Amino acid sequence: MDIDVRKVAELARIRLTDKEADALGPQLNNILGYVDSLQQLDTSGIEPTAHPHDAAMPLRADAVTNTNRRDELQASAPKVEAGLYVVPKVIE
Amino acid sequence: MSWEVVIGLEVHVQANTKTKAFCGCSTAFGAEPNTQTCPVCLGMPGQLPVLNREAVDKSVLTGLAINAEINLESKFDRKNYFYPDLPKGYQISQFPLPLVEGGHLMIPTAEGEKRIGVTRIHMEEDAGKSMHADTGNVSHIDLNRSGVPLMEIVSEPDMRSADEAVAYLKQLHQLVRFLDVSGADMEKGQFRCDANVSVRHPGEPLGTRAELKNLNSFRFIKQAIEFEVIRQIEIIEDGGKVVQETRLWDSARGESRSMRSKEETHDYRDFPEPDLPPLRLSKQEVDSIRAGMPELPGQMRVRFEEEFGLSAYDADVLTTSRELAAYYEDLVAAVPEDPKRAANWLANELLGRLKERSEDITASPIGPKQLAGLIKRIADNTISGKIAKDVLDAMLESGQGADAIIEKRGLKQITDSSAIDAIIQQVMSDNSDQVEQYRAGKDRLMGFFVGQVMQATRGKANPGLVNQRLKVLLKG
Amino acid sequence: MPFSSIDDLKQRLDAGETSAEELAGLYLDRIEKHNASLNAFVHVGFEQIMAQARASDSYRAKHEARPLEGVPIAIKDIFCSTESPTTCGSRILEGFTPAYDAHVITQLRKAGAVLLGKTNMDEFAMGSSNETSAYGPCRNPWDTDRIPGGSSGGSASAVAAGLAPAALGTDTGGSIRQPAAVTGIVGMKPTYGRVSRRGIIAFASSLDQAGPMTRTVKDTALIASIISGHDAGDATSVADAPSVDWLGACDKRNMKGLKIGRPEEYFIDGMDAEVRQKVEAALKQCEEMGAEIIDISLPHTEYAVAAYYVIAPSEASANLARYDGVRYGRRCEDPKDLADMYTRSRDEGFGDEVKRRILTGAFALSSGYYDAYYRKAQQVRTLIRQDFLNAFGQVDVIATPTSPVPAFKIGEKTDDPITMYLSDVFTIAVNLAGLPGLSQPCGFANALPVGLQWIAPAWREDIILSAASAYESATDWHAQHPKAYGGAGA
Repeated sequence: MDIDVRKVAELARIRLTDKEADALGPQLNNILGYVDSLQQLDTSGIEPTAHPHDAAMPLRADAVTNTNRRDELQASAPKVEAGLYVVPKVIE
Repeated sequence: MSWEVVIGLEVHVQANTKTKAFCGCSTAFGAEPNTQTCPVCLGMPGQLPVLNREAVDKSVLTGLAINAEINLESKFDRKNYFYPDLPKGYQISQFPLPLVEGGHLMIPTAEGEKRIGVTRIHMEEDAGKSMHADTGNVSHIDLNRSGVPLMEIVSEPDMRSADEAVAYLKQLHQLVRFLDVSGADMEKGQFRCDANVSVRHPGEPLGTRAELKNLNSFRFIKQAIEFEVIRQIEIIEDGGKVVQETRLWDSARGESRSMRSKEETHDYRDFPEPDLPPLRLSKQEVDSIRAGMPELPGQMRVRFEEEFGLSAYDADVLTTSRELAAYYEDLVAAVPEDPKRAANWLANELLGRLKERSEDITASPIGPKQLAGLIKRIADNTISGKIAKDVLDAMLESGQGADAIIEKRGLKQITDSSAIDAIIQQVMSDNSDQVEQYRAGKDRLMGFFVGQVMQATRGKANPGLVNQRLKVLLKG
Repeated sequence: MPFSSIDDLKQRLDAGETSAEELAGLYLDRIEKHNASLNAFVHVGFEQIMAQARASDSYRAKHEARPLEGVPIAIKDIFCSTESPTTCGSRILEGFTPAYDAHVITQLRKAGAVLLGKTNMDEFAMGSSNETSAYGPCRNPWDTDRIPGGSSGGSASAVAAGLAPAALGTDTGGSIRQPAAVTGIVGMKPTYGRVSRRGIIAFASSLDQAGPMTRTVKDTALIASIISGHDAGDATSVADAPSVDWLGACDKRNMKGLKIGRPEEYFIDGMDAEVRQKVEAALKQCEEMGAEIIDISLPHTEYAVAAYYVIAPSEASANLARYDGVRYGRRCEDPKDLADMYTRSRDEGFGDEVKRRILTGAFALSSGYYDAYYRKAQQVRTLIRQDFLNAFGQVDVIATPTSPVPAFKIGEKTDDPITMYLSDVFTIAVNLAGLPGLSQPCGFANALPVGLQWIAPAWREDIILSAASAYESATDWHAQHPKAYGGAGA
């Protein structure tokens, strides 16, 4: 199978130069080729494992525990105006 | 050939929990931007979600109220897409195994009640808000809403008109408010609707659907669906094909437009959320939530008719909201002998006046005890119904109780028959011509005399007594 | 002293023979002297480290010493902590200093430890050689032309070279055990859910687990006792996990009658002959000490790497979506629009291996391929778990080589991702099954350290610690340190 590197890169929002796409294409195809060994196994009727243990999710009480830490948390932001994060215009 | 419209609705209802779905940040509406955020809902490195129990309970309660199955094991997934108001680059949601499956709502239609299937209710988290200034080339992001718990309530494509869609939404809106699982304030985005609309000829398979977004009032929903139906029929009748797409309703222009620009490639790559093991509930937990189920509007309507002898109309009006119904019950508790009069004074007089002030019952300056105070004065003949309307106006104006206003303005009815007799004698001597005519058989002059007496007492004479004494004294 | 165990350092501190300040000074001097040749540390705040040490000394003057009072511990650059930048070996987090501590960092601070800077690692823990780090490769103190293993290469190199008495690492597919093996130290990946992941930058959430990297088995047990335990802030931290008497297990040193499984799939042609021979010799020694060696099979082992390279990249593709240049981290200069901001920031911020994994994962999850890749890999994960469950019906513990080869040369495998991925062939299945695993030194192959891996049933770290302590007490591999850094040599 041939992976469409550009399409996947668009999904993952990573810019690829032509050179990068040319290099990555065969590498990803190799990886997928290796991974294809899984297809040799008959897994019909086998439940998938998403979590290593059969444990249930703990729940949290509905109590406010956080205070306003905006300034501290925005200290690492690339661009902020009046407490709002600023990004290039979103076109809908 | 006739056309059949097919509508399915996806409603996003914000659960009214104190804190967000996965962190301890407040959900209070209207805070300064980004002051209700933390490393978790900002999607900072290494931060992990822990689910809010209250959000689960409210979703279960909603499921039970629509007679749905509660899955004792449900799972969370990640829905991946990039958007600046989605901090983690994925939304935590539920796909293959939601908390609630297979319920229904009954809606009123012209042809009687209709059953609308509810496919599922799943839990997910809200995104933040992006604000796009008209000028300039930037958007601003406020993440206070990021992580607020949502219930996504997905209907079957069972609705056949915009009116049915609106009826379903109103029913659902009323339900979640009765259950106290959501504020459901549409202006605050707490109850948001997307509509999947297609058309076909009856008996044919489903047509290609368009998804309408940004429908944030019942009026816009109706307009948008009607617009969409016409748009699709015109396309097909012109020999074209409807394309599957997302369309954004522009309420200012009264039209929708395609959102092709929003995302070039739709592929959300859902997969199990590894940070959250399965959500497991015991039957006991579900039963205890069921035991806490409040009375639902339909049940309450029937009870109001049976217990209080209300008309179907009054019962319907008084159960439009939990707060109004609770107000009525408090009112009846204070005037248990007079439930119908109480319904009339609440549904017609007080609500009418509040409506003129663009307020609802929750903003009423007159509480049920105060309104009961007024009704008691009518019942014990202290004031007439007519005077009572003036007293109600004064109560709204001043915030004072009925008795204080009656006292201060001297509105107490004259119920002493000797006092009324004296006034009648005066009226008769001032209008001897009319007395003669009446005695000659002109019965309808009775109204004239009543009017004169009421005028002379500035409305305070007890009307029943005035009638009774006039009949006696006019006989001569 | 640079090669002392924590146990020794604690005794000297308790006896007043040294102080936290002196120890911090000693290791900082060594870092200053040797880091240029090793590139083991990427962030070292000399002043604030000395301040932590002095605070520990003054705590000790007033109170009873806490379990790690004054002990310097190096921290992999993946653990968020407020006193230092935390960058996960990536340009995309350049200059990022978190406003919060990872849960395990809080635990270390509460225990009185001195956080000795951040160590080099493969970018986002994606690598087996530390060559994908944005800070350049870290080197193996036994031969600086060679890799220290990865992804916790900096932590391994630092401990092996005596730049720190111990370190924290994380292990998603062998990232603690493999570097521990190839640098001749002890490293343990606890049972999944034993140690909170909160505040540890996620690579593959269903596989990641933090653990100690130390000179001795007992030191590993000591650090594990501090960092383990339930954390209500991590839904995958198991609340009712069976507890372990960490230090007691080490004292037991039990080898008599221990049933050790020797899985045939872990002793294969194609692995380094000398590595194989050293591990076989170690098993022989265990047998002589009274253990019973039982041949077992873990039949789905050969599929573990393939399943891992679907599951881990898939989870990573979502975990790394948050690095979008909006709230923190790198944003490209003058983005022309939103798409440009995303794609260019991420292109500039991520290195090649990270991009490969993100793209592999995005592909495996994409519409039309999910069942064939992601779901299939999860089913294989079930089979691998089942293999171990079956094996633990017959044996108490499993012993294998940690890595099929000793440390390889820097650059030797960078052109071929798959050969690189196969360096983790013996460690990956443990992560897929969520089991505890420990690597300890068991000899040298061509003067390069070889690691012996112990694998136990979930929550039974005590069996591993007891067996590994017994083996350690009968050998002196752990007491050998690279000559170039002042050790006695091999």
